[in-house]
Amino acid sequence: MENLEQLVQDGLAAVDSADSLQALDQIRVEYLGKKGVITQQAKTLGKLSAEERPAAGQKINEAKGQVEEAINARRSDLERAAIEQKLASESIDVTLPGRGQDLGGLHPVTRTLQRIEHFFARAGYTVEQGPEIEDDYHNFEALNIPGHHPARAMHDTFYFNPGTLLRTHTSPVQIRTMEAGKPPFRMICPGRVYRCDSDMTHTPMFHQVEGLLVEKNVSFADLKSTVEEFLRVFFERDLQVRFRPSYFPFTEPSAEVDIEWGREADGSIKWLEVMGCGMVHPKVFEYCGIDAEEYRGFAFGMGVERLAMLRYGVNDLRMFFENDLRFLRQFR
Amino acid sequence: MKFSEQWLREWVNPQIDTQELMDQITMAGLEVDGFEPVAGQFSGVVVGEVQSVGPHPDADKLRVCQVSDGASEVQVVCGAPNVREGMKVPFAVVGAVLPGDFKIKKAKLRGQPSEGMLCSESELGLSDDHDGLMELPADAPVGQDVADYLKLNDVTIDVDLTPNRADCLSIKGIAREVGVLNSMLVNSPAIEPVESVHSEVPDIRVEAPAGCPRYLGRILRNVNLQAESPLWMQEKLRRSGIRSIDAAVDVTNYVMLELGQPMHAFDRDEIQGGIVVRMARIGEKLVLLDGQEVELTQGTLVIADHEKPIAIAGVMGGEHSGVSPKTRDLVLESAYFDPITLAGKARHYGLHTDASHRFERGVDYKLARDAMERATRLLMDIVGGEPGEIVEVASDEDIPEDRVVDLRARRLNDVLGMEIDRTTVEEILTRLGLRVEKLLKDGWRVSVPSFRPDISIEEDLIEEVGRIYGYNNLPVTEPTGSLGLRPEQEAVRPVSAIRNFFVDHGYQEAVTYSFVDPKVQQLVDPDRQGIALANPISSDLSVMRTSLWSGLLKTVAHNQNRQQPRIRLFETGLRFLQEGERIDQQPMLAGVVVGSQYPENWANGRRTADFYDVKGDLESLFSLLGIEIHFVGSQHPALHPGQTAELMRDGEHVGWLGTLHPQVQKNLELNGTILMFELFLNSIVTGYVPNFKEISKFPEVRRDLAIIIGSEVAFADVERVARKHAGEQLTALRAFDVYEGESLGEGNRSLALSLFWQHPERTLNEDEVHSLFNGVIDALKEELGATLRS
Repeated sequence: MENLEQLVQDGLAAVDSADSLQALDQIRVEYLGKKGVITQQAKTLGKLSAEERPAAGQKINEAKGQVEEAINARRSDLERAAIEQKLASESIDVTLPGRGQDLGGLHPVTRTLQRIEHFFARAGYTVEQGPEIEDDYHNFEALNIPGHHPARAMHDTFYFNPGTLLRTHTSPVQIRTMEAGKPPFRMICPGRVYRCDSDMTHTPMFHQVEGLLVEKNVSFADLKSTVEEFLRVFFERDLQVRFRPSYFPFTEPSAEVDIEWGREADGSIKWLEVMGCGMVHPKVFEYCGIDAEEYRGFAFGMGVERLAMLRYGVNDLRMFFENDLRFLRQFR
Repeated sequence: MKFSEQWLREWVNPQIDTQELMDQITMAGLEVDGFEPVAGQFSGVVVGEVQSVGPHPDADKLRVCQVSDGASEVQVVCGAPNVREGMKVPFAVVGAVLPGDFKIKKAKLRGQPSEGMLCSESELGLSDDHDGLMELPADAPVGQDVADYLKLNDVTIDVDLTPNRADCLSIKGIAREVGVLNSMLVNSPAIEPVESVHSEVPDIRVEAPAGCPRYLGRILRNVNLQAESPLWMQEKLRRSGIRSIDAAVDVTNYVMLELGQPMHAFDRDEIQGGIVVRMARIGEKLVLLDGQEVELTQGTLVIADHEKPIAIAGVMGGEHSGVSPKTRDLVLESAYFDPITLAGKARHYGLHTDASHRFERGVDYKLARDAMERATRLLMDIVGGEPGEIVEVASDEDIPEDRVVDLRARRLNDVLGMEIDRTTVEEILTRLGLRVEKLLKDGWRVSVPSFRPDISIEEDLIEEVGRIYGYNNLPVTEPTGSLGLRPEQEAVRPVSAIRNFFVDHGYQEAVTYSFVDPKVQQLVDPDRQGIALANPISSDLSVMRTSLWSGLLKTVAHNQNRQQPRIRLFETGLRFLQEGERIDQQPMLAGVVVGSQYPENWANGRRTADFYDVKGDLESLFSLLGIEIHFVGSQHPALHPGQTAELMRDGEHVGWLGTLHPQVQKNLELNGTILMFELFLNSIVTGYVPNFKEISKFPEVRRDLAIIIGSEVAFADVERVARKHAGEQLTALRAFDVYEGESLGEGNRSLALSLFWQHPERTLNEDEVHSLFNGVIDALKEELGATLRS
């Protein structure tokens, strides 16, 4: 039996020094295989008495178990080492940039429009569209701006012929929507508008969003909350808003809306005009066949580029229409 | 309108500073655009008297003067041409500081000592006039501080009035507003009729009473127009932005600023016969006061004499009949011209005058007589003269009617969103000059004064009450209307989804002008004529686009010129077509791609984007939208003849995809292969609502084949034939290889296809698939001349 112990010692040593899975397997065959040297020890059992046999048999099994355990442990070590080696050989430079298409971006005007549309859509406003080549009636007449009105001079209109023009505001969409439907209305009309004017602070095309709410019981106080809330949501700030009496032919009372935008040298609030608004003029309702005694409405309008400039700090209006990629990419 | 604060405060003087005053009127709707001091900052300038003027021994253009400052006499060297003995001038004594921090010290000019400086208007920051010394009136007290003497502690306030507020185009009107805002009474000058001293009256005939409902004339004889307007008047005019000309012009301007009535003065000797107010006759010409000759057009109201027009009514007088220093007898005009008749007339002649600005907006139709009396009195104080009777020609039926408007308290509260107590309402109305004629059961009957032509309906009164009460004092409440759910079509994709798709695929959105350069448009769409603007801003923005490509290609050029080789753009917007009488405004989606397909980096390579890259993007878009589009080889004048596809949906044309024609590209000076597409947005946004189909549990079978076929045979035809013979259970057909090479023979190519079959209810057996597969092969051979590639 000293022999068995020696075999176990030899086997364990061999396992220890095995440096590959194949070598280890060979050792397994050599010691524990059918003809393995430890397995072969079982043949010696025949020479033993029946009393000695069980104990001897158990010893052999223990020896086998000992070597087998060592082999298994060694195998997992070797396997782990092999995986680690493979992984090490597969490592890459994760700091190199990725493959494939990069992202484009929305135009800042669209980005701004979408934000505005989103706010109002949540408050139940529909988004309406209309033609950009308009007739005089929808652009002026039905908005209480007859041919001789001095307010026409404020509009610098592009004409195709005396009755056909490029819309100077998106208000005609309000007229068309009211003509086509029945009150109540909650709508906004975003889109391109045109004025025959081009300099540092004017482009011949720009964008407006106008809103209209017509219901049985709506007041200037409701208009104030709508405008104030919108401006605070848009600028994500609890800014001060003031309403300054003004004049638009299609609303009465009319107001211009100023927001707090920094401070003057003397510490007083610096006000910046951002919107116009008012209660729908009864004449406009009349043109659209709506009873001004039964329904009231408010309307508001804003220049999209102006809001985008304030929001994103753009300092030159004309950049919006140059479409320089170095400009556009800043608004992804 | 510009006005002097001091002048306003003569009428109404609330105890608030300039800033508060400006804030107050701004918040009442008279927006202050700006303000500036009426003079520069200076000190140490007194009224000086030139005692003597002598020559300078060493300089021809300089004079050596002795000047008194009231206390002493000093020597001053002066170069002004108008210096003369006895003259009173602003005198900057030694130690004075003039605008620009210019300190006056003792000096020697060409060897002669000079202690102080005699000043021009520009040196005191009063005006740009530096022609000579500013001459002060003879009675100016020598030694008095000039800033005090001229009351220079004043600012010019510029209000940007909205077109409805014609009533505020005068000191009187603004004072009225300030009075209302501060609950103060307003002073006004007493206007008394001037008694006539002779019986000579102008002969006035109004032939166009609708345009001129009221015309007043008066003769002022034997005036001395050499006499200068008094300094106070010149200063008030100057501080209101109007230059002093002569007494007649100054007085009419003064009355216009003070009361709001534009007036005119004619030289009676230049009026042949009498005054006729009539419409211009075609071809008549008139040289205006500004020296330009205009040819009068129909619809222009003129003041004429018995031979010719002498003024464009309410706009500008004629040069010939204008007053001059030699004028002896004046005819003064004060009239009410109809705003609608005058609307746009000044602009038509390229003019915009203080008079036309007021008449177009509506002058007080009862003001003309008061203004005439006021002007006569002021004028006589300066130029003397003998006034005659006023002749008034009025057409009662053409004069605007006095208006009475009812205001309901309930309506007022409903519109403003709060209840304003009745006494407050009444006070506001009354101070504005609106008279409460009668208390109604629920409101007021209000008569509107002639100076408020803008008020004619109840809403006008509501606005007045709200405005004076203060919009910012009104409450803030949420609209209460109910929010019903609205229908929304699931099959219709919003344009925002399409935009996001392109953004995700590396396209940058552009927004280009809707009007384009006709030369560019001619290149991309030669078969169509763009609708032309009558008054374009410039020739390269003069026609409406018939394709979004015009703007996008210009954008490509802009960016290529700025070292941007890789450009991927899209745009949505209308195009504009003239279809007979009708104008078609069609929403389009267009894009342009040039440069490498992927951003250049180590892994992407530098492959240039080609037709199939962009086609792939469009195919992805169409599957996003749930629509089936066929690409059919076609021709387009702006596109490469061999790389153009017409996009079809259910047989209907929906757009184009192709490579820009090399010739067009060259003409536009663009670089690289430029891929472009343009689609009708309305034709592609509606897809379908998904409808579930059972998923087959049975295996799918794949068979591949490779054919050699003529290169001219389109893949679409191969697919069509194969699908026709592949049976109902074909689930997919793909081309997985396309090859052209010498080994295939000239004009041939090899196509490798894979076909997939699957039955929903059972396993397909080998024989069935085999037979379908062979059927496809046979059909390709017979119908398209394909051969199997071995």
